[in-house]
Amino acid sequence: MARMKFLCDAERCIECNACVTACKNEHEVPWGINRRRVVTLDDGLPGEKSISVACMHCSDAPCQAVCPVDCFYTTDDGVVLHDKDICIGCGYCFYACPFGAPQYAQDGAFGARGKMDKCTFCAGGPEEDHSHEELDKYGRNRLAEGKLPLCAEMCSTKSLLAGDGDVVADLFRNRVVRREGRPEVWGWNTAYKD
Amino acid sequence: MLLAIVLLPMTGYISTGFATAEEQQQQVQQTNPRADYWRMVRDNTNGYSAVKGRETNELIQGSGQNWRQLRNGPLAIFGSVIIGFTLAVLALFYMWRGRVELTHERTGKTVQRWTLNERRMHWITASLFVILAITGLSLLYGRAVLIPVFGHEGFSTYAALSKWTHNILGPVFMVGLFSMIIKWFGNNYLNKVDWEWFKAYGGMIGDNHPSAEKLNGGEKLWFWTLATAGVALCISGLVLDFPNFDQERELIQLSHLIHLLTAIVLISFAFGHIYIGTAGTEGALEGMVTGQVDTAWAEQHHDLWFKELEKKGEVNDPEK
Repeated sequence: MARMKFLCDAERCIECNACVTACKNEHEVPWGINRRRVVTLDDGLPGEKSISVACMHCSDAPCQAVCPVDCFYTTDDGVVLHDKDICIGCGYCFYACPFGAPQYAQDGAFGARGKMDKCTFCAGGPEEDHSHEELDKYGRNRLAEGKLPLCAEMCSTKSLLAGDGDVVADLFRNRVVRREGRPEVWGWNTAYKD
Repeated sequence: MLLAIVLLPMTGYISTGFATAEEQQQQVQQTNPRADYWRMVRDNTNGYSAVKGRETNELIQGSGQNWRQLRNGPLAIFGSVIIGFTLAVLALFYMWRGRVELTHERTGKTVQRWTLNERRMHWITASLFVILAITGLSLLYGRAVLIPVFGHEGFSTYAALSKWTHNILGPVFMVGLFSMIIKWFGNNYLNKVDWEWFKAYGGMIGDNHPSAEKLNGGEKLWFWTLATAGVALCISGLVLDFPNFDQERELIQLSHLIHLLTAIVLISFAFGHIYIGTAGTEGALEGMVTGQVDTAWAEQHHDLWFKELEKKGEVNDPEK
């Protein structure tokens, strides 16, 4: 069984933000919600580096651990999904997440946040695959079509990799060997400790 | 000459020694730029992101894990232990001591203990406290306790309602609490009388009746707990209740921990307060319900205050 992971190769990311745009377009997420974002450190300085970040689908997911209504579940592929019908919009997953993945439609007074939204690894939600409800609440379910997340699939420099963790790690290892650098597996120590 | 023959070849060691020392120094100064970069990520250095918003320019925010560990671990466990322990102690105490009865017959004469406004203030704040405690505890323990009973859908409906109630009524409670603190501030300076009161266990153990003013040492302690932990509870609650001010996660996490801790302390204390005010003491509840207490009760529990009222001639005699 595959264990889905994301990996962003910081040596290749050129901060084009196409992954962000592709994600927004594919899932038609509401205004103000960004399931994925690109962060640049040392912006404009020599050695600046960029990384595309979204929900990393952690093994021991903090969001899952703190959710008071237990709306998260991990699929057989290791993808962390949540049920928007159960979510009460309390914001706890957002407090706990190291990657800033959980997004809310509003940030109103008296804690009015609306239902949480986050990256689904293009795997939809608990609704029936390809149903209208699923598309409406969670976006497209590419995994059920046998495709991988669009952000990684259309990455022009193939910096962002998504797929089975072993395959992704092999790809990355090959690159590192060829360019004689040290592997910097971004976020893996935080997301996939065990 | 012989000395020179021995020493000269050894100068080589000195030069290599200097060289390695220099090398080591250089190594300390030179760091791997890639490693530096990952260190920046781990240190939560702010970068640039085209996606605008609160903290979108941070890659890894580590304190969330601490918050998770503290909330799910120590605070949740100790919270249930402390609240359970308080309830058990009160139950055992009631079985052992029973009710603190009036030592003298009721006289039928009364004195006014709380005005109508004071009673309104107390009961409004008290009912809000109970609602907030139940809804708040549901969010902390509901997943473990209530989901097995109601199921995910059922509990989610209740939790959504709880969250909404908690968030709306919280600031109202704050108004109630603050008016009580302001109104009763003057009655609550701790003094020698209270010290003696505490030394005599407030008359809870044994048959002695330590002196007390309008408010005894225990009531004053409850007041100051509310004036400190209660205020911290309200302020941390405001931070959590209004995410529209774009406060950062670290502040939210800290506020949440303070909110939990003070809530657990206040809930345990409130159980004690409710016990003493109802089942624990004969005639105590009358003061907060009708505003009037029997002079026998006043003399037994708040003698200094009663003497003062007597001097002023503020005793109501229904037979007159």
